[in-house]
Amino acid sequence: MQTLEKDTKRTMLCVIIALMPALIMAVYNFGARALILTLVCVAASILFEFLFEKVTKRENTVSNLSAIVTGLLLAYNLPPTLPYWMAIIGCFVAIVIVKQLFGGIGQNFANPAITARIVLLVSFSTDMAVWAKPQERFLSAADAVTGATPLTQFAEGSVDALPSNMDMFIGTIGGSLGEISAAALLIGAIILLVTRVISPAVPVAYIGTVFVFTWALGLDPVFHILAGGVMLGAIFMATDPTTSPKTTIGKIIFGIGCGLLTVVIRIYGTYPEGVSFAILLMNILTPHIDNLTMRRARAEKGGAN
Amino acid sequence: MENKQSKLSILTKGIIKENPVLVLILGTCPTLATTTSAINGLGMGVSTMVVLICANIMISMLKNIIPDKVRIPCYIVVIATFVTIVQLMLKAMLPELDKALGLYIPLIVVNCIILGRAEMFASKNSIADSALDGIGMGLGFTLALFFMGAARELLGAGTLLGITLTANIIEPMSVLTKAPGGFFVFGVLVAIVNKLTNGKASKNAANGCMKCSCSSVCGHVGGCTPTCEEELLKAIEDAKTADEIRMNEEGGAL
Repeated sequence: MQTLEKDTKRTMLCVIIALMPALIMAVYNFGARALILTLVCVAASILFEFLFEKVTKRENTVSNLSAIVTGLLLAYNLPPTLPYWMAIIGCFVAIVIVKQLFGGIGQNFANPAITARIVLLVSFSTDMAVWAKPQERFLSAADAVTGATPLTQFAEGSVDALPSNMDMFIGTIGGSLGEISAAALLIGAIILLVTRVISPAVPVAYIGTVFVFTWALGLDPVFHILAGGVMLGAIFMATDPTTSPKTTIGKIIFGIGCGLLTVVIRIYGTYPEGVSFAILLMNILTPHIDNLTMRRARAEKGGAN
Repeated sequence: MENKQSKLSILTKGIIKENPVLVLILGTCPTLATTTSAINGLGMGVSTMVVLICANIMISMLKNIIPDKVRIPCYIVVIATFVTIVQLMLKAMLPELDKALGLYIPLIVVNCIILGRAEMFASKNSIADSALDGIGMGLGFTLALFFMGAARELLGAGTLLGITLTANIIEPMSVLTKAPGGFFVFGVLVAIVNKLTNGKASKNAANGCMKCSCSSVCGHVGGCTPTCEEELLKAIEDAKTADEIRMNEEGGAL
């Protein structure tokens, strides 16, 4: 039990470090408010975790840092102009409803940050679609100049106004707080791969599927893997060990499913972005993928059980 | 056992102790679908209560005439008759409510609370007891739907019974008036009732298997076998060992 606790803490610490480059880009791009929103999310997540465990007299798990990761990931999925109280409701949904009510760390069937983002998106559809213009370092929501994300421009069909792929790679574009800079997220991915916190199966299958599928549809595949939350989702959220399959073959199926659903929602759905819905839907399928792939692995070994 | 219950306990058990929605978890379809506002929940609850009382009385009266083999179709015919009456009355007197509830009024026919009470209570008890049971269960259903509707309307649309309360102050969370919000509120209400009754209600209501830690997976309906818990523990152990083997093979990747 002691080592398990330590392992969790080490994993979470690695994830927090890996998330820092994206935070730096967000603050560079959107100014201090991005930092404050992130801190609000982290503080609220820790507070809700602490209070819930106090109320239900469960073992206190704040020290394993998982609430900090949830808070960071939720903040990265929000537009930087979002009112703070909405972000706090998001933290409540993530920590109390999605994580703790299902039994706490390791027991939740859906990714808390993704689910909270979707709850906020469905509840506050206008505030969740206000995109601050990049490079306008504003302090309050009222100062922000509303722009568009590459994907909303794409959905509206204004292809000429799209930013260059280089801008999108570096991250000087509009969008959710942490998703804008593919470069910063890739640095995070390298940290996670080197420390063996994640296996490359899910991100490679996810990003690869988006690339191949959009290319097969005759679209710009580079645009589609850089735009929106594909990088953030594939590297940090689809790889969540409790909500993604355990076997390598299962991880590949999971990643391909996420990729297909993302592109289908982007191209044919009414929402401009489909990463969070895709990951949530595949989270729900995870036990079944595990069941199928584990049974096969067992059968191949001649029924070890 | 039912014969020994006092009249008062027959009437009141449906409200909290054996609340059909929040303890027995029956009739969840109309509960989730019609509670988008307090008034819709109340309308659905009262309509169902009227049908439930009338059907309970009628089935109790007919209990010696209905042959056992065809009792379910007979119950359905009785229930459908009363649902038709309620639906026509709603159309004539409260057309707006009828429009809001739509398909869910005819669907009262297949509401498992009503069929459940007919099967479990009215077919075995006197007319007066069955009427009291119908009133109690109906009240429990109506109250559950009203509170669910009120919570969803207040948080999801910022109004209560159509009066604007919080919508002017803070932006309401519209997810709560949609289907996922229905499940959130339902879960929270079930938890509150469970807390109020210290978890006794759900244990009494079930067939005794609920006390067992493996009730959700074992499937021994109607009685626990002593080995079932051991079997489950063994299965968990096996799964853990298999996981560990696989983890090692994958090179320790999380």
